[in-house]
Amino acid sequence: MTQHLTAKDKQVVTTFWSKIASKADDLGAESMLVTVYPQTKTYFTHWKDTSASSTQVRKHGITVMGGVREAIGKIDNLTGGLLTLSELHAFTLRVDPANFKLFTQCMLLVSAIMFPNDFTPEVHLAMDKFMAALARALSEKYR
Amino acid sequence: MVEWTDQERSILNAIFSSLDYEDVGPKALSRCLIVYPWTQRYFAGFGNLYNPEAIKPNPNIANHGIKVLHGLDRAELSVLHSEKLHVDPDNFKLLSDCLTIVIATKMGNAFTGVIQAASRSSCSVLPRTFHGARTSVEKRLRSFEIMAH
Repeated sequence: MTQHLTAKDKQVVTTFWSKIASKADDLGAESMLVTVYPQTKTYFTHWKDTSASSTQVRKHGITVMGGVREAIGKIDNLTGGLLTLSELHAFTLRVDPANFKLFTQCMLLVSAIMFPNDFTPEVHLAMDKFMAALARALSEKYR
Repeated sequence: MVEWTDQERSILNAIFSSLDYEDVGPKALSRCLIVYPWTQRYFAGFGNLYNPEAIKPNPNIANHGIKVLHGLDRAELSVLHSEKLHVDPDNFKLLSDCLTIVIATKMGNAFTGVIQAASRSSCSVLPRTFHGARTSVEKRLRSFEIMAH
């Protein structure tokens, strides 16, 4: 389903982000996609250690979270703003877009653990919509 | 019927036995109705669901949320939901996601701690047990759905 981010959605997302931005690295490192969904390991065959404590896994979580941070800064034009990232994912990394949904699930769950009082249903809704919009923008250049 | 492994059973018992159903039930169901508003279609007679401020304190939703947690292993309820109420099975996945999030909100790091304690694998990796907890909750709702068939 195509949904557009309303002004309210954007406001809820940016407000929540400003509360958690200082912990974004932890959030990224803990959104341990590779370990929770083992099938995603296929993208990381060059890593020796794919456990949650692996430095490479945690560092990669931080990198991905950096992308989310960038997207939040470009929330008014995700498609245009994320063109380069989309090209990277489409042509170089060739990540199946289904994995964007898995990352979202992990990230939202870790958000609930790390920020139980801030991750209200309203914030959950806005973040879910935002991550879906982000995934769509990332998939833009695939075909 | 869904087959449970011993580990899944122990993880599930560890989680559910520590839950306050009166709190988690209403929170999970109301979160589902807020985050996935189309699920409200099944609650036409439940009163005001106009916005989150109306959904959260709605006593009918709260009561049903508690009922949901208590009723997860009752086969006749599964038949009721599929054949009489015609609930799209996808909705169980959405509710399951919300329930997992509410449980995680309540338990915080203990969510993974309890799982580790319950886990029998000596080299269990934190997220693998976390994944086990998540899939156990999903599977419980899935078995609810499957019971009707």
